[in-house]
Amino acid sequence: MSILIDKSAPFAHAPNSVQQTMLTVILALVPATLFDAWLFGWPAIIMFVNTIGFCLLLEAGCLALADRPMQPTLTDGSAVLTGWLLAMSLPPWAPWWISLIGAVFSICLAKHVFGGLGQNPFNPAMVGRIALLVSFPLQMTGFLAPHKLFAEGSPGLGEGLGIIFGGHGNFDSISAASALGYIKTELSRGIPVSQSMAHVPDLMDLAMGMHPGSFGETSALLILAGGLVLLARRIISWHIPVAVIGTLFVFGTVFNAVDPDRFTSGAFQVLSGATFLGAFFIATDYVTSPVSKPGQLVFGIGVGVLTWVIRSFAGYPEGMAFAVLLMNALTPLIDHHIRPRAFGRTRKGEPLPAKGEK
Amino acid sequence: MRIFPVKGGVHLEYRKELTSEKPIVALPMPKILLVPVQQHMGAPAITMVQPGETVAKGQVLARGQGLVSAPVHAPTSGKVVDIERITAPHPSGLPQITIILEPDGADRWVELPAPINDPFAATPAEIRERVAVSGIVGLGGASFPSAVKLGLGSRGKLDILLVNGAECEPYLTCDDRVMREHSEEVVDGARIMAHALGTANIIIAIEGNKPVAQAAMQRAASQFTNVAVVTVPVQYPMGAERHLTLAVTGRETPARKLTADVGVVVHNVATARAVHHAVRFGRPLLSRVVTVSGGAIAEAKNIDVPLGTKVADLLEFCGGLKRPPHRIISGGPMMGQPLPSLEVPVVKGTSGILALLSEETNEAPSQPCIRCGSCVNVCPCGLVPVEMASFVRNEKLDDAARIGLMDCVSCGGCSYICPSHIPLVHYFNYAKGRLNALDRDRRKRELVKTMVEARGVRLEKQAQARRDAAAAAAAKNDANRANP
Repeated sequence: MSILIDKSAPFAHAPNSVQQTMLTVILALVPATLFDAWLFGWPAIIMFVNTIGFCLLLEAGCLALADRPMQPTLTDGSAVLTGWLLAMSLPPWAPWWISLIGAVFSICLAKHVFGGLGQNPFNPAMVGRIALLVSFPLQMTGFLAPHKLFAEGSPGLGEGLGIIFGGHGNFDSISAASALGYIKTELSRGIPVSQSMAHVPDLMDLAMGMHPGSFGETSALLILAGGLVLLARRIISWHIPVAVIGTLFVFGTVFNAVDPDRFTSGAFQVLSGATFLGAFFIATDYVTSPVSKPGQLVFGIGVGVLTWVIRSFAGYPEGMAFAVLLMNALTPLIDHHIRPRAFGRTRKGEPLPAKGEK
Repeated sequence: MRIFPVKGGVHLEYRKELTSEKPIVALPMPKILLVPVQQHMGAPAITMVQPGETVAKGQVLARGQGLVSAPVHAPTSGKVVDIERITAPHPSGLPQITIILEPDGADRWVELPAPINDPFAATPAEIRERVAVSGIVGLGGASFPSAVKLGLGSRGKLDILLVNGAECEPYLTCDDRVMREHSEEVVDGARIMAHALGTANIIIAIEGNKPVAQAAMQRAASQFTNVAVVTVPVQYPMGAERHLTLAVTGRETPARKLTADVGVVVHNVATARAVHHAVRFGRPLLSRVVTVSGGAIAEAKNIDVPLGTKVADLLEFCGGLKRPPHRIISGGPMMGQPLPSLEVPVVKGTSGILALLSEETNEAPSQPCIRCGSCVNVCPCGLVPVEMASFVRNEKLDDAARIGLMDCVSCGGCSYICPSHIPLVHYFNYAKGRLNALDRDRRKRELVKTMVEARGVRLEKQAQARRDAAAAAAAKNDANRANP
């Protein structure tokens, strides 16, 4: 009888895998995705499917170029998840070439150039989104008012194909500003936040998702529900989401109290834009966030502060994606400096003083 | 009693129910025993018998040498057939000197040392001496000679003997059964050890998943005011010496120190029982309780096994294998050693023999690290396994050591939890072995260098002496010539 002695203990393993982790994250995104598919109709569904399709194709292409085995990597779910998150951050009726370029940036440039899964310093989906945002600002901010599936006046499957692949969509006629974008524009025209707030969807609508925005970012509540599933299944811990949302809320509330004409409220900051998607699904990306809990808190606070700063002062209405990428760049630094205290050692790594000596 | 929190750790699939209700049964004496001269940490014992010699049960086959060592006794009477190098029960499969004993079936005892009737009147040194000549080592798996550990009392300041009944490894129930069936012997052994150590208090720590053992120990300990039985949480690796000490006493052992430096000495429950036998009856360590378990075993059991029994014989006693196993392991699945063959003996440190199916080991090819940080969360030593592993992969062993590689206790929690199935502990064991080897080399080189330098100095001194002598002689000659 041949007995395996090829490795050291342990000879037991938790019933988990990379694939299972990715699948759980995807399942947590399903409710919000279904809601958004209903909210934005056929063109959005087509956009969503072809974004993921492009990501998978490009992943396969990169693996072939690198001469790596296809099957384990394609089935680990990471490319699907990247495509999914990218699709959720695109305008619902984005044309096919937006999806394709986004996928090229996400999969080829952000992921495989650095060596594939686990090697990328920046969140692939956010690299795709940012590259698109700075290259095609018109298409990327052409949000549209909800066009519910099967509702009167909403495009059917055929029309949807026309919009996504044929360029039939007329951006001017369909586009609407997101709440964050509207406030920013009004502010630049000299209209104080306290007045423009009257014209954006109220907090209830923001929470429910009945408002213009990126495909997957609108329903804060469903995203939150998905995030809570991730917490419950221990895929993520509370540290990053709480730090991101808490920081945004505190900054929003404090500055709103100081100058309500200039700054939006904490609740608005939390419920609008990509806050929940970013806090639960983007900033918590394993590969690009710190590995230790204290490090994750610092990372989350950083994302929150930067998001608020960009939203409040920069040219772009939404800052979550930028904030995440900026903090991604700091992750190695955070991991280097913030580490757990080793057993029997001080925080500095020296052995604890023995009894009696101080 | 208050229990202090311990960071990290994992919750495992314990599968102790396979054997926890199986009483200890004695193994019928096998036809042949393979008794290695090294079954402990430290120097191997020196063989005292010759091939062909007839030995009695309990006779010394090999005596300990040096400060850290332990003797080996004949588990039964019989004839020494041969002394040769055969495969060790270690994954290296390297041969080691082994005394091959053919039992004669008479089980005739040698004349044993006299029982110490009142151990509490004996001096600590007498107790230690008895434990040393009885060949007792830590039976929890580390196999460190117990007498050496009992000598820690001479350094003073010890106040607690912590008796380890945590048994946190999955499958293993040998300590559980010993505590249930021999609680009084364990408590008595612990009291004797505490006397030898000079510690006032004894705490017996048992994981919460062994309520029956706990009740039994509680009963046995109830008449002694200085013996307490405490429940510790079921959290692997609770049975690790430093972590158990922290959980029970709140004292954190500084890095590179011993638990004795915070006043605590930890001994396993089975070791305590062996001390009881040695002191009260003069009986050396000849057998131990082994859990034979795992999905591939026909009938899982707890067995009192004579040391030197071949694993193959043990499996046969359990009805053999009902399915082909994926792994055969000595010890528990988390820290045990894979066995290179079934023709290797059970030794003093063998707490279990497990034949595991692939659905139990749940191994999978490793995938790229996704930096999920699970290993950081579960590490009971507060290390960052993901970072250490990447250093080791790139052969940057010094960097790995700088961030705490040598503090790793190889508990296996990180490998267990890694969703990418990366064999982290395998990397760490490799790196520790390499670093130790490099360290030995460096010390050797330094020794050689100092010796070479000393030789240079010595030669220079001799040359100088010769030159001085020559100069003196020349001066004398000159003087003689000047004054004829």
